[in-house]
Amino acid sequence: MVATPRHTMGDRMPRKEDGRFIRGKGRYVDDIRLPGMLHSAILRSPFAHAKINNVDASAALELEGVHAVITGADLAAQGLAWMPTLAGDTQAVLATDKVRFQGQEVAFVVADDHYIAQDALELIEVDYEPLDPIVDSRRALDEDAPVIRDDKEGQADNLIFFWDAGDREATERAFQEAEVTVRQEMFYPRSHPAPMETCGCVADYDISTGEMTVYMTSQAPHAHRTLFAIVSGLPEHQIRIISPDIGGGFGNKVPIYPGYVCAAVASLILGRPVKWMETRAENLMSTSFARDYRMTGEIAATRDGRILGVRSKILADHGAFNAHAQPGEQYPTGFFPIFTSCYDVPAAYAEATGVYSNKAPGGIAYRCSFRVTEAIYLMERMMDVLADELEMDPAELRRKNFVKKEQMPYVSVMGWEYDGGDYHAALDEALRIAGYEQLLEEQRRAREEGRIMGIGVSTFTEIVGAGPGKKCHIAGIEMFDSAELRLHPTGKAILKLGVKSQGQGHETTFAQIVAGELGIPAENVEVREGDTDNTPFGLGTYASRSTPVCGAATAIVARKVREKAKKIAAHMLEAAEGDLEWTGERFQVKGSPDRGVNMEEISFAAYTNVPEGEEAGLEGVTYYDPPEMTYPFGAYICVVEIDKGTGQIEVKRFIAVDDCGVRINPMVVEGQIHGGLASGIGIALMEVMDFDEEGNHLNSSFMDYLTLTSMEAPKYELGETVTPSTHHPLGARGVAESPTVGSPAAVVNAVVDALSPYGVRHVDMPLSPNRIWSLLRENGVGA
Amino acid sequence: MHIQVNVNGEMREADVEPRLLLVHFIRDYLGLTGTHWGCDTSNCGACTVHLDGEPVKSCTILAVRADGHEVTTIEGIWSGTGLTPVQEGFHEEHGLQCGFCTPGMIMTATALLERNPDPTEEEIRAAISGNLCRCTGYENIIRAVRWAADHRTAREEVSA
Amino acid sequence: MQVPARFEYEVATSVEGAISLLQRYGSETRLLAGGHSLIPMMKLRLASPEVLVDIHRLDKDLRYIRDDGGTLRIGALARHKDVLESELVKEHYTLLTDAETMIADPLVRNMGTVGGALANGDPAEDLPAAFVALGAEVVARGPDGERTIAVEDLYTGPYETVLEPVDIITELRCSRQPAGSAYFKVERRAGDYASAAIGVALNLADGKIEDVRIGMCGVGSTTLRARETEELLRGQRPGAELYGRAGERAAEESNPLEDARGTAPYKRDLVRVLVGRALEKAVERAEVV
Repeated sequence: MVATPRHTMGDRMPRKEDGRFIRGKGRYVDDIRLPGMLHSAILRSPFAHAKINNVDASAALELEGVHAVITGADLAAQGLAWMPTLAGDTQAVLATDKVRFQGQEVAFVVADDHYIAQDALELIEVDYEPLDPIVDSRRALDEDAPVIRDDKEGQADNLIFFWDAGDREATERAFQEAEVTVRQEMFYPRSHPAPMETCGCVADYDISTGEMTVYMTSQAPHAHRTLFAIVSGLPEHQIRIISPDIGGGFGNKVPIYPGYVCAAVASLILGRPVKWMETRAENLMSTSFARDYRMTGEIAATRDGRILGVRSKILADHGAFNAHAQPGEQYPTGFFPIFTSCYDVPAAYAEATGVYSNKAPGGIAYRCSFRVTEAIYLMERMMDVLADELEMDPAELRRKNFVKKEQMPYVSVMGWEYDGGDYHAALDEALRIAGYEQLLEEQRRAREEGRIMGIGVSTFTEIVGAGPGKKCHIAGIEMFDSAELRLHPTGKAILKLGVKSQGQGHETTFAQIVAGELGIPAENVEVREGDTDNTPFGLGTYASRSTPVCGAATAIVARKVREKAKKIAAHMLEAAEGDLEWTGERFQVKGSPDRGVNMEEISFAAYTNVPEGEEAGLEGVTYYDPPEMTYPFGAYICVVEIDKGTGQIEVKRFIAVDDCGVRINPMVVEGQIHGGLASGIGIALMEVMDFDEEGNHLNSSFMDYLTLTSMEAPKYELGETVTPSTHHPLGARGVAESPTVGSPAAVVNAVVDALSPYGVRHVDMPLSPNRIWSLLRENGVGA
Repeated sequence: MHIQVNVNGEMREADVEPRLLLVHFIRDYLGLTGTHWGCDTSNCGACTVHLDGEPVKSCTILAVRADGHEVTTIEGIWSGTGLTPVQEGFHEEHGLQCGFCTPGMIMTATALLERNPDPTEEEIRAAISGNLCRCTGYENIIRAVRWAADHRTAREEVSA
Repeated sequence: MQVPARFEYEVATSVEGAISLLQRYGSETRLLAGGHSLIPMMKLRLASPEVLVDIHRLDKDLRYIRDDGGTLRIGALARHKDVLESELVKEHYTLLTDAETMIADPLVRNMGTVGGALANGDPAEDLPAAFVALGAEVVARGPDGERTIAVEDLYTGPYETVLEPVDIITELRCSRQPAGSAYFKVERRAGDYASAAIGVALNLADGKIEDVRIGMCGVGSTTLRARETEELLRGQRPGAELYGRAGERAAEESNPLEDARGTAPYKRDLVRVLVGRALEKAVERAEVV
């Protein structure tokens, strides 16, 4: 007989959830079919900015198989035409007065199937009066700029916010006194998470019970239920959000979108389940984008490369409605203030201006924690600009300025308290894997041969795992997370979580945490998520917060359960609690290893033989509010070669050393890093949302919104260092987003390094062949 | 139009509109929801099935075009008990995360190994270049296909 | 997912049957072969034919690749993958193999047909440029019988051909077997249409280039042939300096438009670079033979 595998914390355990996916038995929103279910389609604006004079749906309503056409006017009559955003703004559910971006929702058709629904869209007549659009954020605050949000009382321009942080005067002094200052403007262009599964839902209102069940592509089902209750006025306890299997999220499935609201309204009106699934074009055009930051970075330093001060200025384009994903109104730039990163910077100052434009609303953190990606990109580009100015090796410059491990726990000048880190060790490991000296030699040879080769370094710290609740909230709800654990009489456990995997492997890794704490095999722990009726309230999975917050909750709830188990064990062993010790597998009487009971035996006793004064059962629930965020960090090296003739870039090597503290499942961690690197490299090379002057979307399909294929993805060379988090109960940090945060700068730095002999100091993403070709030719490189 | 399609070894019949796409016939008429879709433009490959033994994108084929032909979906490549080496490889090598592209990837990889039982890394990369994945960065998918190639050979050797 | 508008559907069981269906339904009728250009257009509702005539059952007559006494004959329903896997093609018409490895992706190549690629008239389609370099011709059949059209004469504008609505391409024919050929393409990402692509097919005589043809993809409103460049090359001894001049001439002959795949100057320069590379590779291959 083959022994049943027993996996626990730290093992490379193949994933428990794989079984259904490799058989085609995953259950995604579009797989849900309910009796009597209707389908839908959304009519969207062809214009970026236009007044709506009239919407005539009469012909569509006459089409056989059409059940309803809902317009903005219909919703307005119910007070539902507008909904709140995550940033405290309002967003049109269906346009009433104006359309404010191309792809904005105008009408919602419900029909027997989605073929008929799409046919009906062509029969709806909308009388638009086109208006001047604002497409370039640099024009948004011009005197003569049209006011996009004229629906908002007192809004006389396109300004959303002005924000600043840090010590302006001290930073100014640093710049005045510095031997060297550098400055670089850069644009982090708009991109899109584009998960393989688009957004959608099935809303099912049961008129007999008053219950609304919504199957939804949601990264945060509990938060969404609360928001749904607020938007719809339905009582929260009668709303049930079920997030079934989610085909990737990357931040895209954090916000509430108009389609969800429309489907719910349609189900209320028609008394039947209504499904709404975006097309890919709709996903790219209307759901939340990421980035779109125009930034200026400045560093003041000594001639020998000590940083004295850092300054940044941002122009943030949030689109037509401020649907920015942020952990509270105090963070209009998210965690951008982490921008001093892993460096010991004595003075820093950041300011940002947020504006409206006639583009889709957002932005969300595409595979990153609230604008960290922009912050790290700025800092890592600036480090290379400074290295170039000082004619210093970029790795050496970084090493010189790292926060030292002896300084931990370090409080940055911007006020963040880092939970440990050894940045020197991570960089050294990356340089070792890369064979940095040989690489430099190879580059010298390549240059002699007339080949264009570049080496890019990027070192960084992330900031993930929001809360703490006193600092971070979503719509006022503090960002804790939750775990509920119950052991059944035979020692098998069910763990229910407030987060929701979209591929991160929670069903495996969270089982491993319980296994590690209770000495039972991870195979015996089932993990449940994504159903608001059957899991404890939590804030969801995004910004790499599952392991830092919910992972901690899981460890703590398991320890609570173990405490009760100890009482039962003492009773079973007829010993005093104080005489028992936990071996990692079982409780035994100190000094008598033959007298012990394991968790299976204790579980049975919990239902059959509890000590007097104890309740039956073996379970617990924990709501965990982290004392601080976690700060995973890394050191990346990218090697590129550029075709002088065509401008094409080949990523020859990519070395990534990540430190996410203790790894619960190294295999899953590595998988997360691979994926994050592919996103980051894709963003650097090709992923971009572009618009023409009229605000027409130029990348609304996978033909033009280019993501990496297997042909461009390099073979990743991973390394690790392990510096446990000082406050996480397992010493773990989040990791899935570090690689997306750290890698774009490594790629751009490599390309700039390649072109530096020709005088190039910066190039904006995406590094399209055309753009590189232009740089080559402008700088006199022929082929 | 009335069509008869052999799906996973079983004759399935339906009256369909000519415009019905094969992927919707498979998902909506037959309830075989393991075949997914992820784009409008034949780029992503989430909808990959075998048509007369060849991997194809079922979002770009009319259901009526499959009339009289054989279609195999993810649900049809395994016996219902044991997994195929490709399925096992994806599990062993962590070749999937959200699972959405996985059935398409498995269908493409299965067809590759039938034609080329011992593919190089470059051949695997080329074979799956029409199947997009946003989670894995492809690395472990490539390893998964290699795993399947290695274990298929091993098994055949054992049984021979 | 976006879905097509309604249409009527007919299945042809013979070439003649297909032609008479085209005659019966009139100009809003389209032939459906692999469908991998047409169906996406229909899903996006950029194309809405009233009738589709499905010709895939003509596979028995029109899916072949064979050598007919030195003439290459490719049936219109040969799939891209058939071309890619053909040893005959790989040996004697190597630029087609080069091109096919970069056309769309393997799954699309399993469905997409040679005839469809030619009939579609997309100036960024690879095969027409490769066939122009080969000096190939299409065989078109209509109600009045069969005629042949040189591929270079097939196109009158983007998505416009000299074919009548009642014509069906049945075969691709190439009577010239070049000693060396090559196809070079720049794409933004695997599977993309070309930013620019160049096909070259040539023969060498006494160490000099003779009988050279160059097809250009994605750099004009139709597939282009670089005639002046061919003239410049003819009778010349191959070498880097010559390739450089040829590239420059071809760049002048191209007429690219700016789009998502590049600016006009970029594409023009790609022509220059790729003509040089394709010539070098084609000569190298010719010299081996």
